[in-house]
Amino acid sequence: MALSDKDRIFTNLYGTQPWNLAAARMRGDWDGTKDLLIRGRDALIEEVKNSGLRGRGGAGFPTGMKWSFMPKAPVEGRPSYLVVNGDESEPGTCKDRDIIRHDPHKLVEGCLIAGFAMGAVAAYIYVRGEYYNEIQVLQAAIDEAYDAGLIGKNACGSGYDFDVFVHRGAGAYICGEETALIESLEGKKGMPRLKPPFPAAVGLYGCPTTVNNVETIAVVPTILRRGASWFSSFGRPKNSGTKIFCLQGHVNKPCNVEAEMSIPLRELIDRYAGGVRGGWDNLLAVIPGGSSTPMIPKSVCDDVLMDFDALREHKTGLGTAGVIVMDKSTDLIKAIQRLSAFYKHESCGQCTPCREGMGWVNRVMLRMVEGRAEIEEIDVLEQVTRQIEGHTICALADGGVWPVQGLIRHFRPLMEERIAAYKARNNLPQGLNMAAE
Amino acid sequence: MAKVTIDGIEVEVPNGSSVLQACEAAGKEIPRFCYHERLSVAGNCRMCLVEVEKAPKPVASCAYPVMDGMKVFTDTPVVRNARRGVMEFLLINHPLDCPICDQGGECDLQDQAMSYGKDGSRYHEQKRSVKDKYVGPLIKTVMNRCIHCTRCIRFAAEVAGVPEMGATGRGENMEVGTYVEKALTSELSGNLIDLCPVGALTSRPYAFVSRPWELSKTDSVDVLDATGAAIRVDVRGGEVLRMLPRVNDDVNEEWLGDRSRFSFDGLKRKRLDRPWVRRDGVLKPASWAEAFGAIVQNVRGQRIGAIAGDTMDAESLFALKAMLAAMGSTNLDARQDGAKLDASRPDYYLFNSSIAGIEEADAILIIGSNPRVEAPVINARIRKRWTLGGMRVGVIGEAVDLTYPATHLGTGPADFAAGAEFLKGAAKPMVILGRGALAREDGAAVLSSAWEIAKAAEALREDWHGFNLLHQFGGQVAALDLGFVPGERGLDMAGMLAGGVDALWLLGADGFDVSRIKPGTFVIYQGHHGEAAAARADVILPGAAYTEKDGTYVNTEGRVQRGRMAVPPPGEAREDWRIIRAASQFLGVTLPFDTLEALRAEMAAAHPVFARLDQAPLPGCTDDAGPEVTGGLSAAPFGLPIRNYWQVDPITRASSTMAECAATYLRPALAAE
Repeated sequence: MALSDKDRIFTNLYGTQPWNLAAARMRGDWDGTKDLLIRGRDALIEEVKNSGLRGRGGAGFPTGMKWSFMPKAPVEGRPSYLVVNGDESEPGTCKDRDIIRHDPHKLVEGCLIAGFAMGAVAAYIYVRGEYYNEIQVLQAAIDEAYDAGLIGKNACGSGYDFDVFVHRGAGAYICGEETALIESLEGKKGMPRLKPPFPAAVGLYGCPTTVNNVETIAVVPTILRRGASWFSSFGRPKNSGTKIFCLQGHVNKPCNVEAEMSIPLRELIDRYAGGVRGGWDNLLAVIPGGSSTPMIPKSVCDDVLMDFDALREHKTGLGTAGVIVMDKSTDLIKAIQRLSAFYKHESCGQCTPCREGMGWVNRVMLRMVEGRAEIEEIDVLEQVTRQIEGHTICALADGGVWPVQGLIRHFRPLMEERIAAYKARNNLPQGLNMAAE
Repeated sequence: MAKVTIDGIEVEVPNGSSVLQACEAAGKEIPRFCYHERLSVAGNCRMCLVEVEKAPKPVASCAYPVMDGMKVFTDTPVVRNARRGVMEFLLINHPLDCPICDQGGECDLQDQAMSYGKDGSRYHEQKRSVKDKYVGPLIKTVMNRCIHCTRCIRFAAEVAGVPEMGATGRGENMEVGTYVEKALTSELSGNLIDLCPVGALTSRPYAFVSRPWELSKTDSVDVLDATGAAIRVDVRGGEVLRMLPRVNDDVNEEWLGDRSRFSFDGLKRKRLDRPWVRRDGVLKPASWAEAFGAIVQNVRGQRIGAIAGDTMDAESLFALKAMLAAMGSTNLDARQDGAKLDASRPDYYLFNSSIAGIEEADAILIIGSNPRVEAPVINARIRKRWTLGGMRVGVIGEAVDLTYPATHLGTGPADFAAGAEFLKGAAKPMVILGRGALAREDGAAVLSSAWEIAKAAEALREDWHGFNLLHQFGGQVAALDLGFVPGERGLDMAGMLAGGVDALWLLGADGFDVSRIKPGTFVIYQGHHGEAAAARADVILPGAAYTEKDGTYVNTEGRVQRGRMAVPPPGEAREDWRIIRAASQFLGVTLPFDTLEALRAEMAAAHPVFARLDQAPLPGCTDDAGPEVTGGLSAAPFGLPIRNYWQVDPITRASSTMAECAATYLRPALAAE
């Protein structure tokens, strides 16, 4: 059963209406915000916990629980901060962009409510630098909200003071990692910090900080207005709610669409994206959650549900729900090599395994594309990715090697075929070390 | 305290310790590259990974705090594979040029590759190549070897206080350097060489000189500044090839100033390796017997005086004082700079808070000194205290960059009131008075005023002594301890130079203008370098430099330390106390010791402080009565005694490395003049 329009949170996802305050109010934003705040911090956090909302940035950490880590009473001189992660740089993901440019007031209102719930004095919205026009819209929306007394001193007449700032990123994927984002906000080189201490203890400027994704924050006001049980009525238990999916690749109508969680992948593609190019049988593989998640072959796609737990069972993840569809015309090895080139380029260079390993993986993948390799090197490649995974400060390295692991897991015969073809084409015997060329 | 179980061994470590420290407490060695106990934790090399019970992934032990009841495993398949993986990654882009690398034999990467490395490579791609960087005349870089541990970056930013190093680029293309190519402006830059775990940063003067296993190593103590840093002198074939710091937490931790580390090539140049005697106005080579003969001829029955240099060992000072005493002379002075020191009580001329005590201070007033240049390692200690927060520094004198923020309170004695005000309210205030501030007409008044400032700030208590004098060289305090100052009816330096004596014995005294010596005075120069004083001399007695004799030195805090002979003196040169002992025999006042042990026993009997080796001064001040007040303060601003850090004494002036440093770092200043 498809999600009906009345249950959609982002009613202006496609920009059919203006983004401004007047139009946003028509859509229900900023309606009774003061009454929400009056319910008190604990009640808000409890409500978000009950809704089952999980972070929309990729890791899927329960949002209410994350907020509850913030100190109840801030220490003098150490205010709490909310940082909103809009550095959306994951290839295949473009949901935050549409929220910011078409429905910015949802985000601004969410900042106030979430910030109030965690006792933050200000929100910093860190937006990907390339989103220039989106930042103009967001800043204008914030200015509108200030002028209307919705944020700033005595926000919405609640007696609570709250500021919202926008910060532009400078084009580094790693700055979407929460601690690297904090470093970048502080004006330093975007390199992830060691954890512990976690940001909730020592974050922005050394103060308690929570970092949330744009989508996570933007859905909060609606959840609170319509109730936790409404939100949790969608999807399977622990995977509840609605979610914006970004459907792209070899589909007939690429789009962003808000749908309920746990929707079957096939239904998602067929209903909203006009189906796979050339029909479902032309499907080769899907990367279900943005470039960092391992691909799944058609056999899995046939009946997999789009939520955190179902995808984990297939050794992949929901990630940011950027669904990349690849039909049979795709050179999968080349596609994954392109991703490994991306991760090599975006590694911050701090940890040894990621700094050195990503280049190694990419170079081997480059040869794999041609087939200029040995069959045994597929195993070496696999081992190298295992050596990288889980041995670094942040998860970029994990996300960087998972696509390669997914390729080897599901399409190893393809790689072997490619190698054999290269050998046949060049009249090369078995056993020669091709890499030495 | 937290109870932690490491591989089944239970240890208790303080809360807040890292897992790595707990592992060390349990006797488990954890391999590491980026971790260094005196730097902040980076946690980026990933070599120190261990398994912690219930943690989903292996954790970096250097950065992971212990928790009570934690179970850690350092030798599981997961840990071994993780370390082997990291080692493989480190080596794929490392040039493996160990045979031509100066770090070979003392390289962390080499050592740990023995435990965790593979015997072959699975990496068949092109290795990365990185352009070498210029970071100054002391450090040679081979950036291909860099493993990006960032120790050098953290040292420069945290300890040295010159945030000039950093990493540019991202991922594989990350390069360590100085952003814009330039020489590092730190007096502690040599420590980067020790910190670098691989051969990326090596000593430029030592490039391709020797292998560590060819060197014989002598533990000694540095005298080229008054810190008294613990050093190791590395020698091959009678030649000093390298100076390295040793760990001494009370004094230098494990740092060493560039002057002390790199000036040893000056020990090979301009040396006095045989006696000389002036005949017919010209210095001619002579034998020891001829030299002593000339002395006997010109000294016996004459008025004699002695001036001691700044880097002399206590033994030769004691011997010379004893010889002059036997000849009935008390014309002694060891204050070449004319500093109006008061030797009547040790705490008038010592760094009483002790160097380690700096870490307890909460307000420091620096008067007429630039510790960054006069004692860079002590300055690093002040900076270390500053980084911990809750301490303020005020300066009276020239406003200089101390590598930490300081309030400039004024330029001369007229601003002492502001200084006293600055220290008010501090629990452990320190006054650091530069020796240079005493080398002026009103020096005695400056000394007593500074003491009064400390007294007014309640820094002179039984549990805290906040009055500190910062000397410049390693031999200065011993001379004061031995009372190498004018005795009763004795002449001071000015009196001796002005013609108060007929014969003048200069013991390594090179730090003053020899044209002040009244013509006709018979000058005996005993020392190791042929400089102006030797040129003025009538007899030259070749002595030993600090690496060439067993000697006792006292640092600025009054710590008595032993330096050891690493190489013999060149040619016919001899240890200084032996020369004086021989001279005393010729002069008929034979000194009553003929071994070093006998001399030391006698010295300790006469001056008990020399029996207390390697000990900090006694804490606290029992008598807050200040030095005698003589004369008033002048309004003249304080100058700085040392502006050229690299060339301050005969050894450093003879060093080509130091000359290159001076040319590199002082060129802008010279151009401005």
